[in-house]
Amino acid sequence: MIRYALGRLTSLIISLFVASLVIFAVIEVIPGDPAAFMLGVNARPDTIAALRAEMGLDQSVVTRYFDWVTGLLRGDFGQSWTYKTPVADLIADRIWVSLPLAIYALILSTLIAFPAGIYAASRRGGPGDITIMGATQLGVAIPNFWFAMILVLIFAINLRWFSAGGFPGWGDPLQAIKALTLPAIALALPQAAILARVMRSSLLDMLGEDFIRTARAKGLTRRQALWRHAVRNALIPVLTIIGLQFSFLLAGGIIIEQVFFLPGLGRLIFQSISARDLIVVESVVMLLVFTVIVVNFAVDLAYAAVDPRLRART
Amino acid sequence: MSILAINGLSLRIGQTEILHDVNLSMQHGEIVAITGESGSGKSMTALSVMGLLPRGAVAQGQILLDGVDILQTAEPDLCQMRGNAMGMVFQEPMTALNPVQTIGAQVAETILIHEKTTKVEAHQRAAAMLERVGLKVAPTRYPHELSGGQRQRVVIAMAIALRPKLLIADEPTTALDVTTQARILDLLQDLVREFDMGLLLITHDLAVVADVADHIVVMQKGRVVEAAPTAQLLANMQHPYTRALFEASGHAVQLPELGGVGQLLSVRNVVRDYPARRKALLGPRPMVRALDDVSFQMDHGERVGLVGESGCGKSTLTRAILGLEEVQGGDIRLDGEPVFTHHRPNLAVRRRMQVVFQDPYSSFNPRHRVDRLITEPFHLLDDPPQGKARAAAIAKALGDVGLSPGDAGKYIHEFSGGQRQRIAIARALIIEPELIIFDEAVSALDVSVRAQVLDLIADLCRKRPLAYLFISHDLSVVRTVTDRVMVMQAGKIVEQGDTEQVFTNPQHPYTQTLIAAAPKLPELSHAVETV
Amino acid sequence: MSRNLIIGIALTAIFLVLAAVSFLWTPYDIEALDIPNKLQGPGGANLLGTDHFGRDILSMIMMGARTSIAVALVAVGIGMAIGIPLGLLAAARRGSLLDELIMRGNDLVFAFPSLVIAILITAVFGASAVNAIIAIGIFNIPVFARLTRGAALPLWERDFILAARVCGKSAARISVEHILPNITNLMIVQGTIQFSLGILAEAALSYIGLGAQPPTASWGRMLADAQTLVSIAPHTALVPGFAILLMVLGLNLLGDGLRDWLDPRIRVARV
Repeated sequence: MIRYALGRLTSLIISLFVASLVIFAVIEVIPGDPAAFMLGVNARPDTIAALRAEMGLDQSVVTRYFDWVTGLLRGDFGQSWTYKTPVADLIADRIWVSLPLAIYALILSTLIAFPAGIYAASRRGGPGDITIMGATQLGVAIPNFWFAMILVLIFAINLRWFSAGGFPGWGDPLQAIKALTLPAIALALPQAAILARVMRSSLLDMLGEDFIRTARAKGLTRRQALWRHAVRNALIPVLTIIGLQFSFLLAGGIIIEQVFFLPGLGRLIFQSISARDLIVVESVVMLLVFTVIVVNFAVDLAYAAVDPRLRART
Repeated sequence: MSILAINGLSLRIGQTEILHDVNLSMQHGEIVAITGESGSGKSMTALSVMGLLPRGAVAQGQILLDGVDILQTAEPDLCQMRGNAMGMVFQEPMTALNPVQTIGAQVAETILIHEKTTKVEAHQRAAAMLERVGLKVAPTRYPHELSGGQRQRVVIAMAIALRPKLLIADEPTTALDVTTQARILDLLQDLVREFDMGLLLITHDLAVVADVADHIVVMQKGRVVEAAPTAQLLANMQHPYTRALFEASGHAVQLPELGGVGQLLSVRNVVRDYPARRKALLGPRPMVRALDDVSFQMDHGERVGLVGESGCGKSTLTRAILGLEEVQGGDIRLDGEPVFTHHRPNLAVRRRMQVVFQDPYSSFNPRHRVDRLITEPFHLLDDPPQGKARAAAIAKALGDVGLSPGDAGKYIHEFSGGQRQRIAIARALIIEPELIIFDEAVSALDVSVRAQVLDLIADLCRKRPLAYLFISHDLSVVRTVTDRVMVMQAGKIVEQGDTEQVFTNPQHPYTQTLIAAAPKLPELSHAVETV
Repeated sequence: MSRNLIIGIALTAIFLVLAAVSFLWTPYDIEALDIPNKLQGPGGANLLGTDHFGRDILSMIMMGARTSIAVALVAVGIGMAIGIPLGLLAAARRGSLLDELIMRGNDLVFAFPSLVIAILITAVFGASAVNAIIAIGIFNIPVFARLTRGAALPLWERDFILAARVCGKSAARISVEHILPNITNLMIVQGTIQFSLGILAEAALSYIGLGAQPPTASWGRMLADAQTLVSIAPHTALVPGFAILLMVLGLNLLGDGLRDWLDPRIRVARV
C-alpha cells in the first residue's frame, strides 16, 4: 500500500513538474518577448522596459522558470500587470466561487448518477431502464451553458425562484449556496448523464462475472448480489470517470460562470486574456492543472481503498 | 427417498431445445456424475437444479429436491434454498470469487444470509469451514493471494458452509493441475461421506467419472442416452454413444516406426530468468528462474513429449525454442544453427519450425480468410510461392489435414473447434517444417474430436518424417503420440526417457506423483456381447 | 439495423446536408444586416426568425453547422492520426520505457482539459477556429492513444499474434496487419462519440469567445449573442441550442447504433 502510494506520489510530482514546464514555455517562451506582447503594438518603449524589469525578463529562461516555480511553492503568484495587485489575492477572492461550484456540481452529479445507474442496471430492459437511458442520452447531448441559459429563463426570469446571476458572497452561506444552485445543476446534469451510463454499463459487466453467479448460488437474491458484490467492483471504472469529471466541472465552471455572471476564476481568466495579462493567465492555468492532477492522485489512492489487488502491487 | 429426482426435464431458450426429457435420481451420500461432450446440456441440467437458469430459458418437468419442486418454487424461496439446502461449485476458481472481499467474509456470507447469527460467530464458523476443506491460509486473505487450487477450496467451503443436502460441482477440477485435481476430488469424496450429502458431479473427463462416481449419467445433445451404476455401466455399455465416448477417451494411435537419422534440435544448459516483484521498497529485483539448466536433444523425425504442471516452464521453453524470447544462458540449435544470432532471431532456422497452439478460437485473426491465415508462414520464405503455386500449396495443405480446397475462401468463424485445429495444423505444415511444436494442441477439444486430430497427426507422420515436440498436461495423450517423453518441474527436466519406460517405471518421485495423481480410464470390457 | 441507428443516421444526415447546401445556397445572406427586421419570431418570412441584427437564423444555423462539423471532424482526425499510432506503439512495446513515457504523457495531456488548452493557446495566439481545432484535437490524442493501447493489449496475448511472430513478422507489421483491423470497429464507434464531443466543445469555445470569430457563423457565438435577449426573444437561444442538442444526440445515437450493429461488446470511453 505504502509502495503504491509512494509510486503515485512520484508520478504526481513528475506530472506537476512537466505541466509547469509546458505552461511556462507556452506563456513566457513562445511569444518571444512577453512584455512587448502584453502591452501591444502601441506601447511606449519605456513602459515595455519597466514591465520587462518587473517580470525579470533580463534574466535567463532557466532562472525565470526557477523563480516562478519557487514563488508558486511559497504562494507567491507574481503581480498582476492590469490589476496592480498580487495574483494570489486575485485568485484567493475568486477561488471561493469556482471551487465550491465544482464540488457542489460533483456531489449533485454523483447523487443523481449513482441511484440512476444502479436502478437502470438492476431493471435492465425494463421501462425504468429505458426511461433513464433515454434521459441520459438527452443529458449527454445538452451543452451545459445552453442548459444554464434555459434554467435562467425558467427558474429566474419566469418563476423568479432564483436570481438570474451574481454572487452575494459567503457572508450568508445559505444565500451563497442558493446563488450557486442553478449553476451547479447546469454543470451537474450533463455529467450525471455520462456517469449514470458508465455506472450502468460497469454494473452490467460485473453482473455477468462468475463471482456474481457464485454469490447467487450462496442464496443471495439478485438485488443482494448487486449491492454486496457488483457495486463495489463496478466502482473501479466509475472512480476513473469521477476523477476525469472533476477537471471537466472545473473547466466547465469557467464557462457557466459567464452565464451567471459569477465572480470566479473564469471571469478573471477571460478579463486577463483580453487585457493580455499573461501573468494572471499563467498562474490561473497552473492552478487549474494542479487541481486536476491532485484530484487524479486522490482517485488513484481511492482505487487502492476499493481494490485489494492494487494495494498488493508495487 | 431420493434427495434429488429430475423427472422429464425439458428446457428451451427461444426456439432452441437445450434439454429433452432428462431423468435422474440420487440418494444421500451418493456421487452421481453427468458426463458428455460440450453442448450435451450437462451444465444446463446443473443450473436448472439450482434454479439459476439464464434469462429466457423455459423449463418443463419436475426437479424434486427433498420433495420440493424447484421449478414450482418462487424466487424468494429458491434463495432460501440455495447455499442452504443445495450448494454449487463452479469450473473457474480464478474468477469465481469476489476480488475485493476477503475469503473469510465470502464464506461467512453464506452463513449470515441464511441464519440469524452474529458476524463474529459467522466468521468463526467460516474459519473452521476453511480449515475443514484443507485451506492453510488465514481467512483475512484476498482471492488474488491464493492459487487456483486454494481458491477452489474456498468456493467449496462457501458451498458447504451450511451442510447442504446436495452439492453440485460443475467441472470443479477442469481448470486445475492433475495433482491438485486429485486432492480436490479426494476432498469432495471425503465431504460427501462426512456430511452424507449427495454430490452431482458434472465433468467431461471420463477417467474422473469412472474413478469417483457411484452412478453415471451420459448425456448427448440434451438427452440422457444412458444411466447406470458405475460398475454396471463400465461392464456393460448399452448405448453406442457411451461406448464411442469411452473409446475416444482412451484413444491410442499407431505411430509409424522412427525413420529419421541424425540430430535435429539441441538444447544445452538453457537458463531463462524473469525479474519478479521487489520484496523491499528499494531492494534489488529478485529473479525467478523459469528455465534452470535445461538440456535435451531431438532427432530428425522423432516425436517427443513434454509434460508438467502449469508454471513449470513449458511455455517459456516453447518460446525459447521458437526464438520468440532470448535466453540468458545456454544455447539452442536446430541442425547446428543457433536460433538466435546476435540477439536477433535467426530466420533461416525459424522457417524450419512451426507451432500449433491450444485454443482453436484465439489462434486465428478473425478478420482474415483461411487462405491468408494458412499462408502466413510464407512470410518466412525468401521467395514465397505466388499465383498458381500458392493456390496449389493452399490446396495441398488443406487436403493434408482433411479439409477441402474450397474452404480457403471462408472465414474462421465458419469452422468448428476441431476443424480450426486442422487449419492450425495446415498453417504449420504449409512451409514443410522439420519441427512442429504442439503446445497443448488437443487439450481444448472434446474427446471424439481429439481422437480425430490425434489420428491426423499419426497419419501425417506416416506420410513424411515429421519431428514434433508435443507439450501437454494430459499424460494419456502424451503416452500415445510420443516416442520419448520429458518431465518438467520448476524449470528443470527431472526425467526423460523412452515414453513407455517412463510411464511404466517412473524413476523420479515427481514423475511418480504425476502418474499416480492422473485418474485412470478403466480397461474397456470387450465381453459385452456375451452377456 | 436498430431504431437508434436509423434516428442517428437521419439526424446526422440532416445537419450534413444543411452544411453542404450552405456552400451553394442559404435562404439569406448572413453578412447583410437588416436592423428593422430584427428579432422576428419563427414562422414568418424567416423560417426560424431573425437575430438582433435582423440576420436570418436558419441561414446562420446552416453556416454554423459547417463550422461545427469542420472543427469537430478535423479535431477527431488529429486525435486519431496521432493517438492511434501512439497507442499501437505503446502496446507493441508494452512494459518498456517507451510505453511508460507514452502513457505518462497521455496522463499529462488529460490534466489539461480542452478548455484550458484553448485558454493557453488563445492567450498567446489569439482566438480563432483553427486554435479551437488544435485545442480539441490535442485533447483527443490521449483518448485514442489510451483506447488503442487498451484494446491492443489483450490482442497481443492472443495466439494468432504469437503465430504471426513465429512467422517472423515484426511488431510494426503485426500492429498494422493484425491489431489494427481488429480495433477498427471500436475506433469507428469512439470516433463518432468524439465527433459529438467535438461539436459540444466547439460550441462552448466559441460561446466564450475562444473559438470561431465573426464573421464566421457558429452556434456557440449565436448563443453568446442570444444570452441577453433570452427573455425577450427566446427563439434566438432556443434554435441554436436545439441545433447543437440534435446534432450531438444524432451522433451519439449513431455511435451507439453502430456499436450494436458492429459488435455489442465494444466499450467506448466517455468523459
